[in-house]
Amino acid sequence: MHPTFSIVFFTTASGAGFALLLLIGVGVPLALLPDDAGFGAAALLVAAVLIAGGLVSSAFHLGRPERAWRAFSQWRSSWLSREGALSVLTFVPAVIFAFGWLAFGATGGFAGLCGFLAAAGAVASVYCTGMIYASLKPIRQWHNPWVVPNYFALGLMSGFLVLDLILRFWVVRPVGIGLLSLAAVLVAWWIKESYWRSIDAGTAASTVASATGLGRRGAVRMLERPHTEENYLLTEMGFRIARKHRRRLRNIARLAAFLVPVVAVLVALVWGGGAGRIAAAVAVLSAALGLVVERWLFFAEARHTVTLYYGADQV
Amino acid sequence: MTDLPASPPGRKQLGLVIDLDICVGCHACATACKEWNSGGHMAPLTDFHPYGGDPQGVWFNRIHSFEEGDGEGARTVHFPRSCLHCAEPACVTVCPTGASYKRAEDGIVLVNEAICIGCKLCSWACPYGAREFDADVGVMKKCTLCIDRIYNDNLAVEERLPACVMVCPTHARHFGDLGDPNSAVSEMVARRGGLDLMPELGYRPVNKYLPPRLDRMAPAPGPAEPPAAPDPAEGNRLLRWIDRLLSR
Amino acid sequence: MTFGERWRDYWSPREVIDTSPKVSDEVKYTTCYMCACRCGIKVHLKNGGIRYIEGNPNHPVNRGVICGKGASGIMQQQSPAKLQKPLLRVGERGAGEFREIEWDEAIDTAIAWLSRIRDDDPRKLAFFTGRDQSQSLTGFWATQFGTPNFAAHGGFCSVNMAAAGMYTLGSSFWEFGEPDWERTRLFLMFGVAEDHDSNPIKTALSGLRSRGAKFVSINPVRTGYSAIADEWIGIRPGTDGLFVLSLIHELLRADKVDLDYLGHYTNAAWLVIQSPGAANDGLFLRGADGNPLVLDGNGALASALEPGAAARIVGEAMLEGGGRAVPVFQLIAERYLDPAYAPEAVAATCGVPAETIRRLAAEIAETAFAHEIEVPVPWVDWAGRRHETMRGRPVSVHAMRGISAHSNGFQTCRALHLLQILLGTIDVPGGWRYKSPHPKPCPPGPRPAGRADQVAAGRPLGGAPLGYPMGPEDLIVDADGNPQRIDKAFSWDAPLAAHGLMHLLIRNAWAADPYPIDTLFMYMANMAWNSAMNTAETIRMLTDKDPATGEYKIPRIIYSDAYYSEMVGYSDLILPDTTYLERWDCISLLDRPIGGVDGPADSIRQPVIAVDRDVRPFQDVLIDLAVRLRLPAFVTTDGSPRFPGGYKDYIALHERRPGVGPLAGWRGEAGADHGRGAPNPRQLQRYVENGCFWKYELPPEQRYYKHANKAYLEGAVSMGLIDNAEPIVLQLYVEPLQRFRLAAQGHGPVRPPPASAARIEAYFDPLPFWYEPFEGARIDPHEFPLHAITQRPMQMYHSWHSQNAWLRQILGRNRLFVGRAVGRRLGLQDDDWVWVSSHAGRIPAQVKLMDGVNPDTVWTWNAIGKRAGAWNLAADAPEFTKGFLLNHLITDLLPEGGPPAANADPVTGQAAWYDLRVRLEKAPDADAGAGKPHLPALRHPPSFAALPEVLRYGAPRR
Ligand SMILES: Nc1nc2c(c(=O)[nH]1)N[C@H]1C(S)=C(S)[C@@H](COP(=O)(O)OP(=O)(O)OC[C@H]3O[C@@H](n4cnc5c(=O)[nH]c(N)nc54)[C@H](O)[C@@H]3O)O[C@H]1N2
Ligand SMILES: Nc1nc2c(c(=O)[nH]1)N[C@H]1C(S)=C(S)[C@@H](COP(=O)(O)OP(=O)(O)OC[C@H]3O[C@@H](n4cnc5c(=O)[nH]c(N)nc54)[C@H](O)[C@@H]3O)O[C@H]1N2
Ligand code: SF4
Ligand code: SF4
Ligand code: SF4
Ligand code: SF4
Ligand code: SF4
Ligand SMILES: [Mo]
Repeated sequence: MHPTFSIVFFTTASGAGFALLLLIGVGVPLALLPDDAGFGAAALLVAAVLIAGGLVSSAFHLGRPERAWRAFSQWRSSWLSREGALSVLTFVPAVIFAFGWLAFGATGGFAGLCGFLAAAGAVASVYCTGMIYASLKPIRQWHNPWVVPNYFALGLMSGFLVLDLILRFWVVRPVGIGLLSLAAVLVAWWIKESYWRSIDAGTAASTVASATGLGRRGAVRMLERPHTEENYLLTEMGFRIARKHRRRLRNIARLAAFLVPVVAVLVALVWGGGAGRIAAAVAVLSAALGLVVERWLFFAEARHTVTLYYGADQV
Repeated sequence: MTDLPASPPGRKQLGLVIDLDICVGCHACATACKEWNSGGHMAPLTDFHPYGGDPQGVWFNRIHSFEEGDGEGARTVHFPRSCLHCAEPACVTVCPTGASYKRAEDGIVLVNEAICIGCKLCSWACPYGAREFDADVGVMKKCTLCIDRIYNDNLAVEERLPACVMVCPTHARHFGDLGDPNSAVSEMVARRGGLDLMPELGYRPVNKYLPPRLDRMAPAPGPAEPPAAPDPAEGNRLLRWIDRLLSR
Repeated sequence: MTFGERWRDYWSPREVIDTSPKVSDEVKYTTCYMCACRCGIKVHLKNGGIRYIEGNPNHPVNRGVICGKGASGIMQQQSPAKLQKPLLRVGERGAGEFREIEWDEAIDTAIAWLSRIRDDDPRKLAFFTGRDQSQSLTGFWATQFGTPNFAAHGGFCSVNMAAAGMYTLGSSFWEFGEPDWERTRLFLMFGVAEDHDSNPIKTALSGLRSRGAKFVSINPVRTGYSAIADEWIGIRPGTDGLFVLSLIHELLRADKVDLDYLGHYTNAAWLVIQSPGAANDGLFLRGADGNPLVLDGNGALASALEPGAAARIVGEAMLEGGGRAVPVFQLIAERYLDPAYAPEAVAATCGVPAETIRRLAAEIAETAFAHEIEVPVPWVDWAGRRHETMRGRPVSVHAMRGISAHSNGFQTCRALHLLQILLGTIDVPGGWRYKSPHPKPCPPGPRPAGRADQVAAGRPLGGAPLGYPMGPEDLIVDADGNPQRIDKAFSWDAPLAAHGLMHLLIRNAWAADPYPIDTLFMYMANMAWNSAMNTAETIRMLTDKDPATGEYKIPRIIYSDAYYSEMVGYSDLILPDTTYLERWDCISLLDRPIGGVDGPADSIRQPVIAVDRDVRPFQDVLIDLAVRLRLPAFVTTDGSPRFPGGYKDYIALHERRPGVGPLAGWRGEAGADHGRGAPNPRQLQRYVENGCFWKYELPPEQRYYKHANKAYLEGAVSMGLIDNAEPIVLQLYVEPLQRFRLAAQGHGPVRPPPASAARIEAYFDPLPFWYEPFEGARIDPHEFPLHAITQRPMQMYHSWHSQNAWLRQILGRNRLFVGRAVGRRLGLQDDDWVWVSSHAGRIPAQVKLMDGVNPDTVWTWNAIGKRAGAWNLAADAPEFTKGFLLNHLITDLLPEGGPPAANADPVTGQAAWYDLRVRLEKAPDADAGAGKPHLPALRHPPSFAALPEVLRYGAPRR
């Protein structure tokens, strides 16, 4: 599948933003996080920018962005519609929660409830994002049980890293969040490796033989394509990445998304203060880079069944 | 609307039956489709860089070719590919706007251009590559089963067929109600062992493909060898013909 | 909409579809010309443009279907390469620099060039036409002008098939006959990819499969039609003759020939003189009346044309004065029973296992003799005998350029006809049938004109320039045996060149051999590109100048094209034509009509849309030129135009012979006559009313055995199709060939020059034989181990269709298809680049591996590679950057290693495109496309508009 930057950015950014919202929405009412208005303003702003930025970015991918408002209507069947609807709906409790907290300093009661609701919306939104991909049967690498956990874990990990960084401007050495961040990164790493192992091992049920109904005489091989140059199907769904690039990019993702953040988080746990902030910032930046690579790969490694008509014998 | 219409057995399901045994891969159905639909319900079928380095455009029907098997029994097979108007089309259910829909009355899967947002998700959901995006207008397009021909009162009754069916010089394409087990197309499918493409994905395509006949490759029954002349000497062989009289 | 409706519509949108849109404002019928199949089409017009083109369901050719090209006619009309205005070259040839001129200037320029030639020596005009369908006009024009230097493209196309058929059957494969599609049970197709009968063949093949008849394709490549064959025989190119003669060997051995048919309808029993060294050796033994003789049942001589002679097919007649004569059949049996033709002996050469040959022979025998058909229709043969049924043997054959485009194609095609005749399958139920206006006498009528005594300044030629020689005295040579035509047709180089030799035209004109010409006038032939053998060399000759004068060696080139083809770039004066949708045309019985097996038919084109550029139908221009040159048939006695309305008037009013004109339908003042009749001024109107075609159905008793069917032959005479009702005797043994051979042996007044004698003697065998194609025999097979051939893609017509926005998306570049085994040996993978080398040079090509190809063969789609700048395509078009033209490797002359000779069949001069031998080497750089033969991009005429980036055809018409 062709990795479109707007979609890569959208899923990584909104994943981080929703996770951040989840953490604040749960952590602040439960007083696990400081209720400092400055912290609130910063954290909520970052979450809002990540979520909204992602959503706006995703609209760039649309052929008719001015009609994007129509995308909320088919929530009964469409994960994309559900995701759209939920991410917008999530703003309602999130805004009330933010208003209550920032304007009135209220983090419990109704505001706290709204925090919980926003957190639930965030979880649901990320679930929908994952399901958009996981529900697509023609793409084996997406129609995979690790995809939704993957979206959750990577989102949560990036949310923790961002939260850890922000928190460090109010708390010198947030050990708890630091440890949780560490755990989130390690869990995400494990899930990602499991995903990779799963797609590397599996083979699809669909083959060129099942795609054409042929094969009774023996192996089926493509002889000619219907067109000698490109077309929409090939640019959108025929994208292929060479094996050696794939290996290299996976290593970059491992390094930047997981290894560097792990080290940086450990450093931040030990040092705190300015150095801690720098280390946390390194963790965030490195993870951002790594997750963009990871998300790019998530698309680039995915093979659509339409390629069976264009020379692939398996997907 | 995104909800799929119920499809109880016997419900009208219009579609195509494509005979891979006799398709010669001439592309007539592809260009006739392009031609009709260029001015039809989903018009235009835009072309990009039509005279340039990377010419490409929107087509609803494309002709591939494959080789099947090795050695004696092998064959080359031409393979037309268009929307299969599936009974369980995820292309419809994934659509966030309701632009993609399956008609209850005849099972045709369509895109409502007026509300499509061009999110392309339906094209990802279609295993068969039957949807093509028109980047010029930013919406998804696809085979309409020639909905503007098959019910068209301005056409003679015998012309109310999809353009690709009308044109096919080998008559490898047939149109009809595959929901009706007694229709001509259903009977043809039953007789010839018509197939679903990628049945494992569960889309339950309405269009069927008739596989190349296997029985046809065998040599016609005949003597393994012409009865050899009893005497191989050439002179005698000529003698055999000498007294045959042929009156002109 | 109310808010409630909007609300509902948001959640459950519903689309309202107009399922009955108006299709068109107007429908006009005409004839397609996206290729030469001549299908009838219905053009739907809407809001002043073309909405849709579809097949005419009533049309006898296509019965409603059209092909991929035909359905893309809309885009041909949209082409940005359409010429806009007459052009006069200003830069060097090949640069593409032109001045746009007015028609007056164009016509005046042409007249200035042409009238001088006509007044001086008409031979200095060479007028050659390509894939047009108006040869009855262009040939007539040339005759009127007085030049023998006229031909159309048949010489490089399929004259091997035409000549072999005309001398054997009085018709030919090509589009002049077809299998009895409804009744045949076993159909053998040799070397056909698409052919002219594109749609009818497709429809018929699918009919065969549905009916359970067996279809065998003999072809080195398994694509297209071969893909759906019951059996594919991947023969080695150029070896079909041997393969077929081996089938004949097997049939003779098993006594599976139709002796009855041979006796009644062929020259099997005719006696052939056997007196080696004598001047009459190998000729038919003839009686005093000149009729051939046979041995009757008592062993006495009898006239072969006398009904009732009980003739023997083997035996011997001793001649007075020594020598003997034996029946043709005996010669056939003696020759082909030779073990040299046994399946085992030919298998390795043909690349076909001996068992396959033997089995196929058995299947042929079984089908022909165990499944005889009888159609219960009584008929009367030429001798007056009544037959209660029409008997047939359901084996049929079709063949085209896989046979003809080899230097042994004439004899190979003869071998195929021999097979058909021995089985008794010519024009019988289930066999191969003549299409009207055939059969003709074999060979038909007029001999070619063009000898010195037939050419005179200011006068028409003393006959038509093309015809069928019966012997050396009909050649167009001078007293020393030198060629007298610029293409050397009908010379000792190519005695039976019935269609001329267009592929040698440019070389000979350049070399002033046999004489210099002044003006080359061409129409609809892309001779600077895909119909050139050795494209780069041809371009060099077109642009070569005489160092003494600084003049081009070919001084003047006038060309008519409708589009900006490669050839336009090499021409001096361009007369831009309309497209096929903008003009009148006629598909005439005098040329290549649409007649079918059940009767004659012809058709027309009418303008269906108005011309929007400053272009004129070429035929109108040609008639205009004729009037200004005062060519007698085109002016009345007072010098005024005989056809003031141009071609349209000519079609309706011209008479070639009394009562016979271009169109056979609705003749006579009242439009009541068919075939023969006075011209009818309202004839075209009647055609238009009938969907632009005319068709006559023969009564059932005339539909088979036409060559010997009394009612048919008499009917054909009254229709004007043939001149007399004599039977057409199928010629197993072709006596005219022997006449050439005797001349080569030193007999008769007209003899070949010594250098040609051996060649004539070797190849003018009156019975078919096989020899290794010339190029393969001359090159080192280790150096060039592979055969390289082309195939026509079904959806592209030669070079025309790269300008078509839809078709070029399907095939915008061609790859070289290579057998998987060869690929493995050379370490090749799909899309790798290779160098393809022949004895003439090398070109880069991108590879696709496949299985269904003869292991010694590589192939590609024909005419996809283009010259940069041609066809008004952008500079980065894949046709230039990635596509390639095999013609760069094919030469018009044979490689060294023997006497200099054309790369052509020695009998007919047919270009031997498919004799090409090559070697492949993996190209080290990933994209070797840049290594093509370098030709600078053609520039464009000034009036070409900028190319659109996006095409939204149909959008405004909704
Ligand atoms: N779509 C389309 N139709 C066309 C044309 C076109 O350009 N496009 N061109 C028209 C013209 S001008 C012509 S002349 C006709 C030609 O019509 P075809 O004869 O059908 O044309 P080719 O493509 O030359 O096909 C030659 C076939 O012979 C095979 N072949 C080559 N060498 C041998 C051999 O030695 N033995 C055997 N048995 N087979 C061999 C090739 O693989 C190929 O399949 O088509 C006409 N119709
Ligand atoms: N390698 C290889 N070479 C081959 C062959 C092969 O099989 N292999 N086949 C050979 C054969 S059989 C043939 S017939 C030739 C064909 O070769 P050409 O006759 O050279 O081929 P076309 O591309 O048909 O070119 C005809 C020209 O007619 C022009 N034209 C089209 N429509 C019109 C019109 O309405 N009016 C006018 N005035 N011009 C028009 C086109 O623009 C084009 O320039 O190629 C030969 N060359
Ligand atoms: S073929 Fe594809 S586009 Fe057509 S109905 Fe099925 S899933 Fe949808
Ligand atoms: S591209 Fe259009 S039709 Fe397809 S899913 Fe998106 S909105 Fe629906
Ligand atoms: S049914 Fe109509 S739209 Fe669909 S492929 Fe055929 S011609 Fe095209
Ligand atoms: S028109 Fe018929 S024969 Fe030609 S590609 Fe289409 S289905 Fe095949
Ligand atoms: S075969 Fe195709 S291009 Fe040729 S005349 Fe017929 S419809 Fe036109
Ligand atoms: Mo040709």
